Amino acid sequence: MPQSDSQPLLRARGVSKVFPGTIALDGVDFSLEAGEVHALLGENGAGKSTLIKCLTGAYRRDGGDILLHGEIIDPKCTIDAQGYGIGTVYQEVNLLPNLTVAENLSLGHQPTRFGMISTRAMNRGAREVLSQFGLDIDVSRSLESYSVAVQQVIAIARAVTLSGKVLILDEPTASLDSKEVELVFDVVRSLRQRGLGIVFISHFLDQIFEITDRVTVLRNGRLVGSETTSDIDRVRLVNLMLGRELEQEVRSHGKTHAAAGEPRLTFTGFGRKGRIEPFDLSIQPGEVVGVAGLLGSGRTETAEVMFGVAPHDSGEARRGDGTVLNLASPRDAIAAGFGFCPEDRKTDGVIADLTVRENIALALQARIGWMRRIPDREQRAMANDYIRKLDIRTPDAEKPVGLLSGGNQQKVMLARWLVTNPSFLILDEPTRGIDVGAHAEIIRLIEDLCKQGMSLLVISSELDELVAYSHRVIVVRDRHHVAELTGGDITTDNMVRAIAAPEREAIS
Amino acid sequence: MNARLLPLLATLVIFLVAYAVCYAQYPAMLSTRVIGNLLTDNAFLGIVAVGMTFVIISGGIDLSVGSVIAFAGVFIAVMLRDTSLHPLAVFSMLLLITTLFGASMGAIIHYLEMPPFIVTLAGMFLARGMAYVLSIDAVPITHEFYEYMQRLYWLMPGKGRLTLIGGLMLLVVIAGSILAHRTRFGMNVYAIGGGAQTAALMGVPLARTTMAIYALSGLLAGLAGIVFSIYTSAGYSLATVGVELDAIAAVVIGGTLLTGGSGFVAGTLIGVLIMGLIQTYIIFDGSLSSWWTKILIGMLLFAFIVLQKGLVWTTAKRRIAGG
Repeated sequence: MPQSDSQPLLRARGVSKVFPGTIALDGVDFSLEAGEVHALLGENGAGKSTLIKCLTGAYRRDGGDILLHGEIIDPKCTIDAQGYGIGTVYQEVNLLPNLTVAENLSLGHQPTRFGMISTRAMNRGAREVLSQFGLDIDVSRSLESYSVAVQQVIAIARAVTLSGKVLILDEPTASLDSKEVELVFDVVRSLRQRGLGIVFISHFLDQIFEITDRVTVLRNGRLVGSETTSDIDRVRLVNLMLGRELEQEVRSHGKTHAAAGEPRLTFTGFGRKGRIEPFDLSIQPGEVVGVAGLLGSGRTETAEVMFGVAPHDSGEARRGDGTVLNLASPRDAIAAGFGFCPEDRKTDGVIADLTVRENIALALQARIGWMRRIPDREQRAMANDYIRKLDIRTPDAEKPVGLLSGGNQQKVMLARWLVTNPSFLILDEPTRGIDVGAHAEIIRLIEDLCKQGMSLLVISSELDELVAYSHRVIVVRDRHHVAELTGGDITTDNMVRAIAAPEREAIS
Repeated sequence: MNARLLPLLATLVIFLVAYAVCYAQYPAMLSTRVIGNLLTDNAFLGIVAVGMTFVIISGGIDLSVGSVIAFAGVFIAVMLRDTSLHPLAVFSMLLLITTLFGASMGAIIHYLEMPPFIVTLAGMFLARGMAYVLSIDAVPITHEFYEYMQRLYWLMPGKGRLTLIGGLMLLVVIAGSILAHRTRFGMNVYAIGGGAQTAALMGVPLARTTMAIYALSGLLAGLAGIVFSIYTSAGYSLATVGVELDAIAAVVIGGTLLTGGSGFVAGTLIGVLIMGLIQTYIIFDGSLSSWWTKILIGMLLFAFIVLQKGLVWTTAKRRIAGG
């Protein structure tokens, strides 16, 4: 391709996008050549999907240009982008399960004769298209009668026939098993051969190294690196994603085990099929256990299994005195003295329309039962108490939580659990999406809580943060607990190495 | 075999079995006379149910159609009484009004993002109210053209009469089938029923299609109103109360998924005929209360909802198994 030497196929120049309160994309550059598979990597909130949505016109960008073959284009919606030749396939198959395969492929441009759809021609066309993708199936059956992998290939086929220059694959393999992944990869390889530019988003490192030619890493809305895949090693890639330079950080805090002795909780062989492999873990009073791992590695799954969101199907949990705990649902977990601040505040955490007071009272009310309502006066006293203690910046306790900043919402969620006085608190990404000042306060709070004797499990993708407050760090990869670091071994470097290790071997 | 054909087949089997049972008891029921009456008596319901089929396939509902039929009858009767317009001119005015009425409900549903249930409920009260405004009393229709239309029929073998309105219903069903299965509009209706968001991403014009669906339902409700006025020779604002529910029942018994996305216009015709057959049986029997119609239809509806749920489960399971 002679033109590709001078002009990349698709180029984003200084693209910015601002959401109220956060800068989702900050002047990001990105370029895609024809005939390459280009990985776009980053943790949650790094800006991957925002960039994709700007490229396909799903979002209006606030700054920057998009160039196709060197010419500025301005797609206003995904259909518009399709017209330019940019097609997208999402993790959730965006096709209609109730229509037949052929109807899905031809929706919007069916072959017609005298205004009537010619089903014969439509099915023939669909078979021809799919045969290019190595798929020989009955196209007159409804889409839902095929496996997700086949649906995914059909979605790719539709995107390619409609656009044909750039194909964006947004985590296309997330819900596929390894054999199905191969099916999709074969298709991707043949499209690369045909000269399409393919953007590939995935958080499976193995897949990145298997299929992509180049990687671009985003972090906190900024471009942190763009390199040829064969020139980069896993450790460096993980470092780019998690934002650490290769340097041996010496542990200055020197935290060791808080109180040696009886563990408060012991999980043995605890796990759930398809979510997290069985693991052993014991936690002592006043101990902070950090969990490190990449997105989708099983870190959140660990917390959800413990809290009964996705109840465990193997192993058991015991208290320090040996009594077995029933953790079949969040309700049981709350009754056992657990608390859980989930990762996504907006969808799983605070209820934006309720006031600060109501949000704080929620978990306690759930615990004592809905029949015994906590009097308003008591609720208000409780709320004011925690607004003061946690320094929640709100004019008063009656303000809807949705109007507060991210850090303050996080504190409200913490307060909600603190009023129930839990003995074991799980925090999933407590510092995500909040500003630097609030960041430090949350960390201070974690340290205070553990001084008071509470046991904490903290999941974070900020490795230096884990170094700062953890007594112990569990490293999770591919749904396995692969390593446990204690004392002086807790360094970002060791964590990165354990996360990046290609084989499932314990790092000691 | 396509699992989506199963409800249609079930409906067909139920209809044939029911007819066989009726025939065993009253051999006279298997005559073209009974069949002709079945078509004539249920012509207005069949026409309005075709429109309802499109609405339900798209995942919506139209509660206004019963009131629109009543409004249509009163409108025609009052216009023929008070003006010297020819019935055909009145018909075209009426169809224009009801089509626009449906289209504006579709526009409200789409642009204001209101649930169809609420919007068409308002439409139901509005249309009924308009009928009252025109006339509270029943208005008889006496026009020579009406008598001419009522006399029109085709004598089937066996002396059964396929009347004008019975034939019109069959034509509407055929036209509806072609529209649903062989046109882009029809495909878009199924697409919206499968998932409006996804359909929009795939380039289905949501606004236009939604408005067209409810406009079609309004048009067919108007046509059903004309047919009903020919059938009864009168317009009455209290007529056809609850017909929208009969239509919904016919559509569901006809194998259309209430959640949208799947169904057949031909199934709706069988649904209508099953309901008509139950009524005919009760008339033949002579001793049963007509409330048995409602009871049997209620039981049939339950059976079909359970059947549909079962189908959804089995297809979901098959897919997990890797089908």
